[in-house]
Amino acid sequence: MSVLVLVEHDGKSVKDATLAAVTAASKLGDVNALVVGNNADAVAQAAARIAGVSKVYVANSPALEHQLAEAVAPVAAKLMESHDAFVAPSTTTGKNIAPRVAALLDVMQITDILSVEGPDTFTRPIYAGNAIAMVKSKDAKKVITVRTTAFEKAAADGGSASVEQLDVPQETGGSEFVSLEASESERPELTSAKVIVSGGRAFGSSEQFHALLDPLADKLGAAVGASRAAVDAGYAPNDYQVGQTGKIVAPQVYVAIGISGAIQHLAGMKDSKTIVAINKDEEAPIFQVADIGLVGDLFKIVPELTEKL
Amino acid sequence: MKLLVAVKRVIDFNVKPRVKMDGSGVDLMNVKMSMNPFDEIAVEEAIRLKEKGVATEIVAVSIGPAKAQETLRTALAMGADRAILVQTDEEVEPLAVAKILAKIAEEEQPGLFILGKQAIDDDNNATGQMLAALLGWPQGTFASKVEPASDNVTVTREVDGGLETVRLKLPAVVTTDLRLNEPRYASLPNIMKAKSKPLATKSPADYGVDVARRLETVKVAEPPKRQGGIKVGSVDELVERLHGMGISK
Repeated sequence: MSVLVLVEHDGKSVKDATLAAVTAASKLGDVNALVVGNNADAVAQAAARIAGVSKVYVANSPALEHQLAEAVAPVAAKLMESHDAFVAPSTTTGKNIAPRVAALLDVMQITDILSVEGPDTFTRPIYAGNAIAMVKSKDAKKVITVRTTAFEKAAADGGSASVEQLDVPQETGGSEFVSLEASESERPELTSAKVIVSGGRAFGSSEQFHALLDPLADKLGAAVGASRAAVDAGYAPNDYQVGQTGKIVAPQVYVAIGISGAIQHLAGMKDSKTIVAINKDEEAPIFQVADIGLVGDLFKIVPELTEKL
Repeated sequence: MKLLVAVKRVIDFNVKPRVKMDGSGVDLMNVKMSMNPFDEIAVEEAIRLKEKGVATEIVAVSIGPAKAQETLRTALAMGADRAILVQTDEEVEPLAVAKILAKIAEEEQPGLFILGKQAIDDDNNATGQMLAALLGWPQGTFASKVEPASDNVTVTREVDGGLETVRLKLPAVVTTDLRLNEPRYASLPNIMKAKSKPLATKSPADYGVDVARRLETVKVAEPPKRQGGIKVGSVDELVERLHGMGISK
């Protein structure tokens, strides 16, 4: 089976999410990679070094610069004439593009897979991860998105794939990029951080959220996350959100502070290697999944922890 | 401009889903069902656009069992003008849903088709993108801001690492993210009024769409349970444990 992996990149480098997608794809067959962008040759060279990738297709065009789904999907769909499966990481880019590719191919997408059980059989979370479905696809071609925390990362070096330029049309499909307001942060990205400190509504205000969590995160070299309740209350921007409706993370250590542990939050972090919970309510559900718990007042504990680490 | 919104009847988001003993799915017998939360946001956004004078008519569509009428009545009570139920007892996958919605869009000719970004039961996050592909329309997914103009709509999207703004030619598909708005509650008079608003009932066959599943569910299982661990008594103990794991500078 030949598999086409959509490379996640920012125009400069290949994102780690790609490496997990390559691992998932290699369980299905021979892996080729697709890089779409404008002047993305450096990214294509980097993709060619990923262990396990046989061939890299690169599509360069001003219309593809921002990887908008309307322009990318036809390029991927065309390339699928010579592939059996399309695999994208479940990032916002992948989630935007893959279903569009699936519809162009008249295929039902297999979303957010956790494992490859066979050439057409996969497991995937449903109901916010409260149930795991094993599904078998009857479509001749597969379109798959990958829960990147469920797969090991392929080695970023060691491969020596060939690179082929694709002829691409200059059509934008009615969609035009206006701007990107990137969250400015010196800290690691949530989805690739080794350590995450995450805060809930118990912080009481945006000021206290940042005054207490930021120094702790700096001390640990950690990314900062938030529960949906904290985001809804305006303590943190939405791209901090960990959970079913936010980001799915699986760091080495996840420190949940003032987070009760609603189902929807647990869905986003329960695959973390070690979970640490700090909460004043001894009965909080977060303690049922935490490896290490500390009951107490976060306003006392967090500064003390930051100081003693 | 006419607006179409799609709504799905799903398990209420406050209910903890339970896997059936025979592994065939999730038990929905005697479970509270509600409108998918992201779809509520879609309905609310449509109503706000009508209140601003941008939209003239809102048509709510649902594909599902007879009881999905209740979900449509909720949309009508919130402020939609009329509703279409495409009735089927099959569990219809996003691809087939998108095909039915595309046919309805061809009939109704809306300026915007607004949907929730994902349903909280099957968590696919696919219908809006598939609908846009089938219609050949642009898509503004995971929207946190929607600003229509005469022949385009500017959509701010929640993406990994920030906010992306795109301008889409109309007609277009928009899928909603959480922060787009806070849906209103329907008032009692509006709930009463909704009962007399028009609701047409159709079938997938009326639109010539085959709803046979492409994905067969082999089994549904509980996720592996995480065991709770230990509780420590002090910050010092916690620091010691964290040092033990090699995570501090």
